[in-house]
Amino acid sequence: MELNQELEALTQALSGHGVEENALVTTLGKWDPLEREAFRKKTPNLFIEDKERHFQRWDDHYARLLKHEFVRFKNTVMLWSMHPWERDARLVKEAIKKGKASYGVLVEIACTRSSEELLGARKAYHSLFDHSIEEDVASHIHGIDRKLLVALVSAYRYEGPKIKNEHAKSEAKIIYDVIKNAHKKPINEDDEVIRILATRSKPHLKALYNHYKDISGKNLDEDLDDIRFKEAVQCLCTPQIYFCKVLDSALKIDVDKNTKKALGRVIVTRADIDIKEIMADYNNLYGVTLPHKIQDIAKGNYKDFLLNLIARGSN
Amino acid sequence: MATLVAPKDSSPIEDAETIKRACKGLGTDERALISILAHRNEAQRKLLRQAYLDLYHQDLIQQLKCEVSGKFERSLCHWTMEPAERDAAYAKEALEKATPNYYKIIIEIGCTRTSEELLAIKRSYQFLYKHSLEEDVASHTFSDIRRLLVAIVSTYRYEGHVIDESVAISEANIIHQIIEKKDFSNDEIIRILSTRSKKQLCVTFNSFRNIYGSTITKGFVASPSDEYLDALRTTIRCIKYPQRYFAKVLRNAKNELGVDDDGVSRVIITRAEEDLKEIKDLYFKRNNVTLEDFVTNNISADGDYKNFLLALLGRT
Repeated sequence: MELNQELEALTQALSGHGVEENALVTTLGKWDPLEREAFRKKTPNLFIEDKERHFQRWDDHYARLLKHEFVRFKNTVMLWSMHPWERDARLVKEAIKKGKASYGVLVEIACTRSSEELLGARKAYHSLFDHSIEEDVASHIHGIDRKLLVALVSAYRYEGPKIKNEHAKSEAKIIYDVIKNAHKKPINEDDEVIRILATRSKPHLKALYNHYKDISGKNLDEDLDDIRFKEAVQCLCTPQIYFCKVLDSALKIDVDKNTKKALGRVIVTRADIDIKEIMADYNNLYGVTLPHKIQDIAKGNYKDFLLNLIARGSN
Repeated sequence: MATLVAPKDSSPIEDAETIKRACKGLGTDERALISILAHRNEAQRKLLRQAYLDLYHQDLIQQLKCEVSGKFERSLCHWTMEPAERDAAYAKEALEKATPNYYKIIIEIGCTRTSEELLAIKRSYQFLYKHSLEEDVASHTFSDIRRLLVAIVSTYRYEGHVIDESVAISEANIIHQIIEKKDFSNDEIIRILSTRSKKQLCVTFNSFRNIYGSTITKGFVASPSDEYLDALRTTIRCIKYPQRYFAKVLRNAKNELGVDDDGVSRVIITRAEEDLKEIKDLYFKRNNVTLEDFVTNNISADGDYKNFLLALLGRT
């Protein structure tokens, strides 16, 4: 390979999700000082030229990003090998620490896990952190999101199929009225909506979702402005579509690190549950297969690991 | 300590046969029923119920319902149930009947049982009634009391020993502020009472007393008839010193309106294998009358019911 091609390959190896370990080993590993200097001079977003002192230094910001990329494979391996309860407990802990940008993860875990899975996460959280999830969510989160989030993480929903259709219908109407009056009273202060979303069973909520469409003409999550309420409804009523959207946002080159993490998180946490359905929906929504997208965007061991996880169980 | 007197060994099959004999024919030998059931612990009752089912293909509780009636039937059936099933039944009834003190029963269940016991109760409730306890509490209540009760039954409290004194002090201060401003609907009081571990809360209550010189419950006395404030006080009492709370329930059981039989039997039945001894002692300290004497003199004319309660109290 001539130098320019190699430079291109190496730049590619260091941009994306994860790093292309092979390229780093075979290409960078054999370059002499001149070749490496050429690399530094020709990659202005990785290296900054100090014209006064005649050398090139790593761009600090990129170096920090790269640190995350190198460690992405390791983090995914750790997450995958963990017991699902520890996994979810640690994801919750991290989300609480990271703040508002990560609250979506709290909604995701609270609403897409089964009652027993969420309970397991709560048990593991006791063991790992000497606190309960609800206690930490309640004491670290202030402001408008708190009520909904505490209620969602505390849920232990009935999981049987029995529902009372009249209740689902009347509760759809209640929510419809609250949304219509949202300009007078914001939805996060409405105890009724939070009660319904946080205590009703998933089959009940799915029936409610359908009734809502009959009343409003639109889907409930579309009519909700508050992002957390929107996510909650999507996770409770149409989880696979929700996961497709999260994956699609994550599978882009220039996204912030929280969004990027979602790729590994979703695949690891759904690989044993419903990844096949998610892949089918993904294909329908975006016209490209998930493995294909991952092949494009992810690199190296990280990419191979993810592809393996989703291919498991395929015949 | 428990007040229940039960033999170390018992044969579930023999017990089942004795009970069957007691139920045969036109009458019922209530004494025999009491002599067995009121002297078997939880594990023994479970085996007995299974043996009865195996031998006679009938649920023991269904059989009892046919044999006895009234308050005796109610309490005997509650006693025979497993604790989780029993508490689920109490909760369901409290919500459906919406008696004036329904919320106390919910709070008792949410705050005096351990986290694992509360979990078992919720599972039992889902199995029996096809709804979650949380959803039924939520749909039967409104406003402030709903927020408190739902939070209390939803919680899965940490039960370890780790506590944080600085958090306790800061939360004692938060509670004090709420009391000063009479801002009782403030979400913080519900957050603290429903999410913190019991050990943590006890440190908080002590901090409150140390800093402000009065007990925390005094702060919520503003309006004795306010259901929500009473619920807050009940919550604090159940967490702080459950035995004293139960002794108080018993003490208040007799008033101008008569005797709250349900309250008396509920306390006796649910605590007989837990801490009824301490409750009895506390009761005597305050009333100078033993609980047994109270039951003997005040519980309704139904002798079997009275004898049953006395047996649970340890009087053989």
